[in-house]
Amino acid sequence: MERLIRKGAEADIYLGEWFRKEAILKIRKPKPYRQSELDVEIRKKRTLHEASFLMNARKAGVSTPLVYFIDQNKAEIVMQYIKGVRLKEMISDRKMDNIDALCSEVGRCIARLHKNNIIHGDLTTSNFLVVKNRLVFIDFGLAFFSQRLEDMAVDLHLMRGVLQSAHIEVADEAFNKILKGYAEIAGMNMIKDLVRKIKEIERRGRYARVE
Amino acid sequence: MKNRLEIDKGIFCWGCESTAHTFSCSILKSDGRILSDVKSIYTPPPGSGIHPREASRHHIEVAPKVVKQSLIQAGLNMKEVDAIAFSAGPGLGPCLRVGATVSRALALYYDKPLVPVNHAIGHIELAIMLTGAKDPVVLLVSGGHTIITAFSRGRWRVFGETLDLTVGQLLDQFGREIGFSSPSGQRIEELAKKSSKYISLPYTVKGNDVSFSGILTTAKKLFKEGKDLDSLCFSIQETAFAMLAEVTERALAFTEKKEVLLAGGVAANKRLQEMLMEVSKRHDAKFFVVPKEYSGDCGAQIAWTGLLAHSANISVDIEKSFVKQSWRLDKVDVKWRD
Ligand SMILES: Nc1ncnc2c1ncn2[C@@H]1O[C@H](COP(=O)(O)OP(=O)(O)OP(=O)(O)O)[C@@H](O)[C@H]1O
Repeated sequence: MERLIRKGAEADIYLGEWFRKEAILKIRKPKPYRQSELDVEIRKKRTLHEASFLMNARKAGVSTPLVYFIDQNKAEIVMQYIKGVRLKEMISDRKMDNIDALCSEVGRCIARLHKNNIIHGDLTTSNFLVVKNRLVFIDFGLAFFSQRLEDMAVDLHLMRGVLQSAHIEVADEAFNKILKGYAEIAGMNMIKDLVRKIKEIERRGRYARVE
Repeated sequence: MKNRLEIDKGIFCWGCESTAHTFSCSILKSDGRILSDVKSIYTPPPGSGIHPREASRHHIEVAPKVVKQSLIQAGLNMKEVDAIAFSAGPGLGPCLRVGATVSRALALYYDKPLVPVNHAIGHIELAIMLTGAKDPVVLLVSGGHTIITAFSRGRWRVFGETLDLTVGQLLDQFGREIGFSSPSGQRIEELAKKSSKYISLPYTVKGNDVSFSGILTTAKKLFKEGKDLDSLCFSIQETAFAMLAEVTERALAFTEKKEVLLAGGVAANKRLQEMLMEVSKRHDAKFFVVPKEYSGDCGAQIAWTGLLAHSANISVDIEKSFVKQSWRLDKVDVKWRD
């Protein structure tokens, strides 16, 4: 009945039904390579975070799949099936006409999350689903609450890294659009602070050398 | 010797590595044969880290012997070499300058093209050549690097990296705390084998990036409080390597590539190999690991990459052959790969 539709890095994603509605079953299966206590700790924590932050994000004004059911011990979540295309494929297939608009919307959504002290923790183009012209954010397993500028900057730094590694041909343009969208919600001052912080983070981590 | 060259046509590249604690020279032939790989490693006193100036002094002292030995072992003289390659970065300034100076002088004297090599790419190219990997997701882990990278559109693109310490630094700095001399990865691996008791340490994955500073601070503190050292070593490995395995898995899922290559000095760790092998299996990817003797910094990495670059007509004028202490691998146009 359930069909495996994707093997994510963390979880297996099945398409099935939940009370006669199409639904996604996301299971964080044990990873045999991981020490078992650590493995259980990670899977439980992320399942719980994911479920609660899918809801928190919605309250902050960002669309996410509805959560139908969660089993923390089995590290399973049943959620609404979103029939959409990932932004990753939209960019790769060069459906360029609305990419700009979508990137601005990505920026606005991230700003809404940050405004509510929600750090997504895993901003990548495979975690934005596009349905018609709307954006749905998924994969909140690494999300957490924070008011620190640093955490928000790391969030955006990761986003930029993904664009530069996976979508180099549009990376700079897309990131600028994201910042523009972000600024619409959070204001220019906030963006200035963030950009400064991102630069600092990049200087710090990169090419750490034996000291 | 002349005879062999005449029968056996090919291109020869001499390479010099001196980014950090290792000074090493090597000659490779275009068919991939490593004709020589001679090295001398600077070891700081137990409990202290590598001091750039001390290390560079060591390099200056050993350079003549290592250079000479690399030629003797290969049975060649410098005139028979087609190109001279050196590690131009990233690395410690004083150390880099020793290798660069030696290489410049040789290139000038023998009138050979001088080829600058990015050391991270050196690790990767030699590992690819030795393992036969074709288009892998690479986890490069050493004292100087912790990077997850894959090739796309002319460059090695960084999918994930550390936000603070490298995994090598984590192991060395913890080792220093307990009085080991650097590098201490091997000793920590031995101690880790003696325990299977897991002590919880901060597991920090942020998107595709990792952070090791939490592990280091916590482990140091627990050590001072008298926690069992074997269990601490075990737990540091379990936590840090699981983080690396996870981000590698993420890059694999994202890029949908079908090969994983583990490279860099820490690649020698059996537990890390085991974890990455499992990751590869789960995604039906082939797993490769660089042979142990070429996992650490060595001249062969530079000579081989220099040879590839030379074959793509890459060289630098002596006057412009600066070293670049923080030369990112994703800034290098890799013209020899498609
Ligand atoms: N609610 C949903 N509706 C439709 N598709 C979904 C849904 N949730 C997940 N998917 C699909 O499954 C993929 C993986 O899901 P998700 O990102 O939640 O898992 P993961 O294992 O954490 O992935 P990652 O590899 O990004 O870490 C998504 O990119 C998307 O294609």
